[in-house]
Amino acid sequence: MVLNTVVNNPEQAAATREQDLIARVQRGQNELFYELVRPYERRVYAAALAILHNESDAEDAAQEAMLKAFANIRQFRAEARFSTWLIQITVNEALMRRRRERTVVMEGIDDRREEESEYAPREFADWREIPSESLERKEVRQKLAEALATLDRKYREVFVLRDMEQLNIQETAEALGISVASVKTRLLRARLMLRDLLAAGWEQGWFSRLPFEKGSKPW
Amino acid sequence: MVDRKAVNCEQVWQEISNYIEGEVDAPLRAAMDEHFRACRHCASVLAGTRNVIALYSDERMIDEQTIEVPAGFGRRLERRLAQNARVSGGTRWSTWSAWLVPVAALLLFAGGLRVANSLTAGPELKSEHAQPGQGIPPDMLVVVTADARVFHVAGCGFIHNKKTERTLTAREAMRQGYVPCLRCMREYLQTATAGHIALESEEDADADGDDGDLQVGGH
Repeated sequence: MVLNTVVNNPEQAAATREQDLIARVQRGQNELFYELVRPYERRVYAAALAILHNESDAEDAAQEAMLKAFANIRQFRAEARFSTWLIQITVNEALMRRRRERTVVMEGIDDRREEESEYAPREFADWREIPSESLERKEVRQKLAEALATLDRKYREVFVLRDMEQLNIQETAEALGISVASVKTRLLRARLMLRDLLAAGWEQGWFSRLPFEKGSKPW
Repeated sequence: MVDRKAVNCEQVWQEISNYIEGEVDAPLRAAMDEHFRACRHCASVLAGTRNVIALYSDERMIDEQTIEVPAGFGRRLERRLAQNARVSGGTRWSTWSAWLVPVAALLLFAGGLRVANSLTAGPELKSEHAQPGQGIPPDMLVVVTADARVFHVAGCGFIHNKKTERTLTAREAMRQGYVPCLRCMREYLQTATAGHIALESEEDADADGDDGDLQVGGH
């Protein structure tokens, strides 16, 4: 019965395997750690890149985070998600590197000023749905990534952690060392700004080759 | 404070992210639902914001074609982890020493400790592709050079960096992790593995160039 459940549920099987790997690494089978973190390499790197916006720095931070995770694996508790724990260590590492930059002091001042004003959507025409099937096209994914890259860092990093890395609001706040209220404010802005960018993307033909249901207008 | 009975567009925009997250109370949700039914603009903002979240939270947005992890990232990470594992392993070693002593004594007493194979099985090889030779006379004098992983018969035409040549016995060279040259030590190599060895001195040197500080078993 248990075997059938595992076989029929790949996600459960992967989770069980991950728990087993964690337990074995915690017992001292160090050589299994890379196998444990390998599925998360890209997510860890993406989180570091969202904060540092520089490939070389992101790799350094991501690798250093993995080493710290390895050094502290015995502190990991099963009630947490391993991926979240890993991402939070990565974010801490990336933020630590960013704090070394003098510009951060100025950014802190900008943050307070900008968050006092509210963001209003710019596009009100009926929304033209971009179906998830369109993500099969590499150029669509690239356009979405480019749109995301145009956001200010403070909005981009919250959006990446919450909506792409799937941390919850509280975890995002803890990872970034900001308040839950700030996460919510920045997340709102990031989502609304991206919506406006995607609406503009229609005008620029980003999604012009998308399939539409027969008989319907493209928006 | 938002009026729970009726909300205007600006209030809806400020709460739309919380609405999607399910973090607005029931009266506000009801007021917003009512507003969305009556206001096409805000319905468009809601649809677009949901579309943004659905698209960016798709796993394809962090796949290998969208987020390009730098080439060699995994290999560099694996090596750094291996290096750290050895360091931390050394720490644990001292805690094991209490039972290692009687175990070692038992092995010696049983006469089961064979050192005859130590020439080929003991040291960590300087190349992951390399294979030890077979039947190499341990007292045979061979030549090694700095920054290479191969030992040669004196006068071999494939010795690089001859200025750094030093002579030692084959036993000592293998103990230090050197492997036999395919050309001049051909008679001691198995043909099945010889191809890898022939290429490793040049190819591995290039491949390792970007993280040379992480190499195993240096001089």
